[in-house]
Amino acid sequence: MVTKLKEVDAVMVGMGWTGSIMARELTKAGLNVVGLERGGDMKPSENFALPGIRDELRFSARLDMIQDASRETLTFRHRPSEHALPMRRMGSFLPGDGVGGAANHWGGQHWRYLPSDHILKTHLTNRYGAKAVPDDMTIADWSMTYDELEPFYDRFDKLCGVSGKAGNLRGQKIEGGNVFEGARASDYPTPPLKRSLSGDMFAKAAGELGYHPFPQPVSNASRPYTNSEGLTLGACQYCGFCERAGCEANAKAGPLVCVVPKLRADPKFELRTRAWVSRLIYDKPGKKVTGVLYTDTRTGEEYEQPAGLVVLSAYVFGNVGLMLYSGIGEPYDPSTGRGTVGKNYCYQLSRMGINFFFEDKDFNPFMGSPGMAMLIDDFNGDNFDHSGLGFLGGVKMSCGSGTGSPIGYHPVPPGTPRWGSEWKRATKKWYQHAANISIGGSNYANRNNFLDLDPTYKDALGRPLLRLTYNFVENDYKLVEYCIGKAEQVARAMKPTILGNPRVRRGDYDIVPYQSTHNTGGTIMGANPKESVVNRYLQSWDADNLFVMGASTFPQQTAYNPTGPVGALAYWAAEAITKQYLKSPGALVKA
Amino acid sequence: MADETIPRRRFLTGAAVAGAGLAAPAAAQTAAQTATPAPSAPEPPAYTTLSANEAAFFTAAADTFIPADELTPRGSDLGIVVFIDRQLGGAWGGGAKYYRGGPFPKGKPEQGPQSHLTPREMFAAGVDAVNAWTQKTYQKDFDRLDAAQRDTVLKALEAGKADLAGADPRTFFESLYQIVMEGFFADPIHGGNKGKASWAMLGFPGLPALYADKIDKWRGKAYVVPPLSIQDFS
Ligand SMILES: Cc1cc2nc3c(=O)[nH]c(=O)nc-3n(C[C@H](O)[C@H](O)[C@H](O)COP(=O)(O)OP(=O)(O)OC[C@H]3O[C@@H](n4cnc5c(N)ncnc54)[C@H](O)[C@@H]3O)c2cc1C
Repeated sequence: MVTKLKEVDAVMVGMGWTGSIMARELTKAGLNVVGLERGGDMKPSENFALPGIRDELRFSARLDMIQDASRETLTFRHRPSEHALPMRRMGSFLPGDGVGGAANHWGGQHWRYLPSDHILKTHLTNRYGAKAVPDDMTIADWSMTYDELEPFYDRFDKLCGVSGKAGNLRGQKIEGGNVFEGARASDYPTPPLKRSLSGDMFAKAAGELGYHPFPQPVSNASRPYTNSEGLTLGACQYCGFCERAGCEANAKAGPLVCVVPKLRADPKFELRTRAWVSRLIYDKPGKKVTGVLYTDTRTGEEYEQPAGLVVLSAYVFGNVGLMLYSGIGEPYDPSTGRGTVGKNYCYQLSRMGINFFFEDKDFNPFMGSPGMAMLIDDFNGDNFDHSGLGFLGGVKMSCGSGTGSPIGYHPVPPGTPRWGSEWKRATKKWYQHAANISIGGSNYANRNNFLDLDPTYKDALGRPLLRLTYNFVENDYKLVEYCIGKAEQVARAMKPTILGNPRVRRGDYDIVPYQSTHNTGGTIMGANPKESVVNRYLQSWDADNLFVMGASTFPQQTAYNPTGPVGALAYWAAEAITKQYLKSPGALVKA
Repeated sequence: MADETIPRRRFLTGAAVAGAGLAAPAAAQTAAQTATPAPSAPEPPAYTTLSANEAAFFTAAADTFIPADELTPRGSDLGIVVFIDRQLGGAWGGGAKYYRGGPFPKGKPEQGPQSHLTPREMFAAGVDAVNAWTQKTYQKDFDRLDAAQRDTVLKALEAGKADLAGADPRTFFESLYQIVMEGFFADPIHGGNKGKASWAMLGFPGLPALYADKIDKWRGKAYVVPPLSIQDFS
């Protein structure tokens, strides 16, 4: 039996970055907001405390903070003609679970997308001609330009205390920052993190080759910082344990540090944890949702929560799944190209690069953070001329220090045996002396890469699992071959004692090894309901009081980590709701 | 052969004590009184889930992957078998966070593991299958082989060149390799990496990992300190 609860003004489905930001903006506008989160509550002082938080086995290998695949996962196949099988253990990507979402265990690399990324299709056809974009590459422009989104990028920067050095301040290019970035209204809230020896060696070699090195912008405050909410972040301790675990120093930005304390103190907000939303209640003729259904996972009891406004903030897979379970919008069909829900799923070509070894250099690989790196963007996006290259898109290329935990990191030169005394001696010999250049590539939409519902496998609530049909395509392989060559060029210029073998992704996509949790698409934004799921304010074309947050709204994926624009878009949509929608509820864009 | 061990016998000594049932505490007491604890003869470990056969197998595997040398004691003396026992006997071994909905057709490798077995069950089946294969090829269980033979067997598994009655030897090998390496490198709180031996070997300082005041000072110079672990702060 379903218990029907009293109506509230707004419901958030998921309490990660986007749910927290949206809940905060809506309560500030006077709404009563309920936050529903399938996982448990989390408090940095309890959950991220020393010494237990420094447990590589628990967090990195056994994935303590990651979504429980036994309850909810997805199925996967390479192409529409194949049989999809469940991803039985989380691997390639690691979504979060619990208040704070994936940002509790994220790396914090914090980007704005390039101005050309915001108008990708127009930009590429203007520069290379109408035929430059292949027919099956279903890329599209974003629904707002970089300049339009800039004030919201800025707000998110100031929520997070991002550290970095501007390369383009109000149009003024600044050497030593990223000269390719769009114009910023203000510099980064905190200065760049300290630099590693390996990063500086990379920067020197890249600079001498004529490239433009700059420090990674990262949501690790480099010094104590009081954010736009009046909450204080600590200074980064360079512990090297950021990824897959929480930050005991409160230096890594996340909802738990940057927003949620305000919500907890606000009587207009109510947090309900272990509240797993199974579907939205959709009034199709009325073009609205009337509320959500959820299960309390402690008791198994089911509740209906009526709401005036529903915000989907359940990460890419949760968002797409809930649209499909609730029958909102038309599911995408790759054979006809019709339908929009599930379309343009994109990912990234991550964790590629090249190791190198310097007999006479000590790198202290355990000191740092995933964001303590030097980069070049000379081969990112359309920052270089693609004429005659046979591919579109690019990579970010980086070198730094700060992931030295030994289960995951004990590099040895090629040709070393995998075990025994000789292997042990090699790990000892090289642990201090290895570093690597890593490249991560963009992933442009392809007609055959999409999400829909699986016909066979079910989750713990009895719903069909989401089905992922995905593979790399020719464009990706060519991009990788070209860019790994550039990485190798820089690595050689650094003159290492031993150069490792380049690590690139060739062959079919493999869902087992971790690559990145930078999944995008499935509820993309766009100019009209035939081609997209949400309008430029992230409002559903099919339900006026439904707003969809996060990277599921990206039409395609760049080489950057996605969360900068994810946060900016949450502020952008919140402003549209509070300044326009609440005054006159209805479609904010005429279809 | 110097590095050939008789792990099963070591294990069986422990089992005999435990097997004495009610008499065990007294027997253990006598043993404790008479035996002078020496680092070379540690207490035989007790296991929560591993059988005698399995403990012998994992001991042999751990000691082959991590032999005793000037860098560390051998794998079993570092507690790696205790680590494996705890992992397999705990939530992870029981299939926590592992999706077990059927059906279970064989997929492509890129679709990930499709077994309906939990890690505990998979290792049980794998140990039996490897022993059956070494019985056929050497007329001995894996743990009774000498060090060179064990190495050869592990290489055959790694290369997919062993017949495990239908199971993929590479999958089993990689799981075995992974769990031994985890036991070698993980924080000692989990039972392996005794004395933080692998951390000392690498020069990994462990905890508390607060480097804001060290990172510039130690730039270009190896920061080497006796490693500290979770237990040291608890
Ligand atoms: C290991 C790792 C490293 C990363 N590093 C970076 C990085 O360096 N830079 C970067 O930009 N990004 C990084 N990311 C990605 C970043 O974490 C995400 O982009 C960001 O957290 C997304 O915010 P979100 O609000 O969309 O979703 P999330 O933060 O994932 O929040 C979604 C929430 O919804 C809940 N939920 C889902 N379904 C339901 C349901 N049906 N009912 C109720 N609740 C539900 C989830 O439990 C979760 O708490 C990383 C991610 C991981 C996993």
